[in-house]
Amino acid sequence: MKNTWPLWEVFIRSKSGLSHKHVGSLHAADAEMALENARDLYTRRNEGISIWVVESKHITASDPDDSDPLFDPAKDKIYRHPTFYNVPDEVTHM
Amino acid sequence: MKEYLLQLADNALILGHRLGEWCGHAPEMELDIALTNIALDLTGQARSLYQRVAELDGLGKTEDDYAYLRDAWEFRNTLLVEQPNGDFAHTIVRQFIFDSYHYYMCQALTQSKDEWLAGFAVKSLKEITYHLRFSSEWMMRLGDGTPISHEKTQAAIEDIWTFSGELTTLNEVEKVMASQGIGADLEKIKPAIAGKMAEVLAAANLTAPTGTWMQSGGKDGKHSEHLGFILAEMQFLQRAYPGQEW
Repeated sequence: MKNTWPLWEVFIRSKSGLSHKHVGSLHAADAEMALENARDLYTRRNEGISIWVVESKHITASDPDDSDPLFDPAKDKIYRHPTFYNVPDEVTHM
Repeated sequence: MKEYLLQLADNALILGHRLGEWCGHAPEMELDIALTNIALDLTGQARSLYQRVAELDGLGKTEDDYAYLRDAWEFRNTLLVEQPNGDFAHTIVRQFIFDSYHYYMCQALTQSKDEWLAGFAVKSLKEITYHLRFSSEWMMRLGDGTPISHEKTQAAIEDIWTFSGELTTLNEVEKVMASQGIGADLEKIKPAIAGKMAEVLAAANLTAPTGTWMQSGGKDGKHSEHLGFILAEMQFLQRAYPGQEW
């Protein structure tokens, strides 16, 4: 097995006002190369106006086995959703 | 005018074809896409130029007539772009030399008195700016990388340097076009091109050979044997099945 370049995660902002969204990953030897590779791999079809690259090892992920304690408790707390308020008709842009 | 546009177009088409040969063979999947992206940019530029020539010709020809139905001696590309890909270092050095020329040449063309050509140059310059950035970065990475990458890149420079002079040496067509303010005056932009190359080579810890005898002739249709093989592959389908479409 040859030495391979480190893995990078790519985030693209599709247009002004939206946030960067994870689109995939790639291999690159350094940050500059990662940016160029991201441009070539992920913005070929007019997908974006801004790119972030982060080396994958710097991302800390939650453990799927922890999903019960992490996420289940939120499931039965529907009162946290702002769906129980009556919005007056005068309020626009909601 | 048509001769001049064909020179520009043939450079783009042949180099685009060479880069396309890397498809599926590049050292990394990411580079596969990067090289073929540049190939597509160049092929796109060639298409625009051929379409323009067809328009000026007014003989009802299409872009395909120029790409597929001319023989080697009718092609006006420089010798540099028809050189084989070699190893990755050769491809990058060839690309870097071409991009340095292409960038400043195209920049000059944005001031062309020919409205169409100036517009074409504005659009292409964006693509070429990225090409030059890509090949410059790789020159530095390879030249200033490991001892092996340095050695291979320096060897590639020694091999290819002899084809670098033709790019900035005006032939008759280019002299006429430059004097009319339509074409790029290569004499004027020569120092900028040399400066850019020297800057990147220094940063890459590489040296340009001195006193190299420069090859020429491509711009006037005198090519190396390589072009014939490129055309054999590129033109096979149209030659074997004339008028075939997909």
